[in-house]
Amino acid sequence: MTILNDIIQGILLGGLFALFACGLSLMFGVMDVINLAHGDVAVAGVYLAVVLIPASHIPALWIFVLVVPAFMIGGYLVQRYLLQPSLDSGAITTLLVTFGLSIVLENVLLEVFTANSYSLNVGSLVSSSWQVSSQISVPYLDLVILGVAIVVLVALQLFLVRTRTGRLVRAVADDREAAELVGANYRHLFAVAAALAFGTVAFAGLALGAYTQVSPTAGPTYLLYGFEAVVIGGLGSLWGTLAGGLVLGVATTLGSQVDPNLGSMLPHLVFLFVLAVRPRGFFPKRAVT
Amino acid sequence: MSALLEVSDLSVHHGQLEAVRSVDLTVTAGEIVAMIGANGAGKSTLLRTIAGLHTPSRGTIHFDGRDVTGLPVHARVAAGIALVPEGRHMFGSLSVEDNLIAGAYSRRRGPWTVDKVVELFPWIGERRRQQAWQLSGGEQQAVAIGRALMSNPRLLLLDELSLGLSPIALGRIYAVLPELVSAGLGVLLVEQDVAQALSVAARVHCLLEGRQRLSGRPSELSMSEIEAAYFGTGRAAASVGEAQ
Repeated sequence: MTILNDIIQGILLGGLFALFACGLSLMFGVMDVINLAHGDVAVAGVYLAVVLIPASHIPALWIFVLVVPAFMIGGYLVQRYLLQPSLDSGAITTLLVTFGLSIVLENVLLEVFTANSYSLNVGSLVSSSWQVSSQISVPYLDLVILGVAIVVLVALQLFLVRTRTGRLVRAVADDREAAELVGANYRHLFAVAAALAFGTVAFAGLALGAYTQVSPTAGPTYLLYGFEAVVIGGLGSLWGTLAGGLVLGVATTLGSQVDPNLGSMLPHLVFLFVLAVRPRGFFPKRAVT
Repeated sequence: MSALLEVSDLSVHHGQLEAVRSVDLTVTAGEIVAMIGANGAGKSTLLRTIAGLHTPSRGTIHFDGRDVTGLPVHARVAAGIALVPEGRHMFGSLSVEDNLIAGAYSRRRGPWTVDKVVELFPWIGERRRQQAWQLSGGEQQAVAIGRALMSNPRLLLLDELSLGLSPIALGRIYAVLPELVSAGLGVLLVEQDVAQALSVAARVHCLLEGRQRLSGRPSELSMSEIEAAYFGTGRAAASVGEAQ
């Protein structure tokens, strides 16, 4: 029964990993950008919330109504005016620019907030849990985070499938030139994809901040989990990323059950194993669907 | 009637290579104009430059009396220029129907809808939910034309329709052209299949190494003249301009 409990906890944690990784998957799938600053953007989300909560008197649970739109606008601008010019001069340049962005974000956070860790106080959600049986108890916070992850992923999928702009975001991932030929400005579409990526990772950052203490330099650690989720699932596949997140989450909780150190190592071992057996991941796709 | 498309003294460079050398041509509404020529003669480059995918090194492109030489691709689509690119360039992970709907992205007003395209190519009706990569080459070509029509163009640029298609599939596609043109659409097509081009076009231009070697109405051109201009033998160059 404890194993069942661990698996449930793992799935709940996996939702957070997936929420974190889907933006990474989207940016790679649409415009071949590997965003090394992705983890730092999530961390920056926590710190923006830390500043905005006292200023706006919005409770921590609802602060996303400010943080997520701000990050979407930021993502659009970063793609349009920072990453796009670098894309025009080669993929390596873009990688270096995102690496630079990561360093700048980390150091700005260190400068402003020092090395102190912060978390978001979401009240009684943290401490209370749902006692399913004597062996299984599910913290409400974890349930809320999984719920948010599912809602965000479904909304993202609906946007990509049902809307005029979303359809062209998928189209430009398939064939940039053809997208131009139906009258789309691909720079705009790339920036829309980046806006979605930054918006989803802001959600992930806020969830992370509610879950645990976050320090200014924590970004790259989360980035590693994000990459692993994306690669396990198959590059560019959104549902694959969800599956990859769940696999990592379950590996983390099962590992910690055996030994606390194994909890942080097992997901990476699982990742290496998958990379060796299925180098293209479980749901390889040419583009986001 | 004034020209829909007017290309004057157009040159395009690919690095050091001058792929198109001072080409002049016009297309009026309701007319099919064909560009013929051997592989590498610069036909596709010319078409892609008109669509905005390449920047010319010299010359101008006027569309409907307006200079569009400096406009980006998407602005030319909005103005009414649609290119069906060589190799079809389907959105592979999108359904056939979504490929067509994507074609209407520019929101130009006009008669074309998904149902109208299905009327033109009836088989699309039962396969609209399939993903585009599952279609055969000929079917993809039809969808690519449908997708271009969805932008309600006034000028349709067709690049190498015949490439990789069976004669039957090609015949079906060429059969719809007169219908489109009668509605006032101007068509500029690039074709390696000379007989096919001569049979549909009102006027033909032959390119050789980027230069216009021969221009005229198919009825006025002899097979030997075309052969000479196509392969660069003889003195066919002398007749350039006469038939314009």
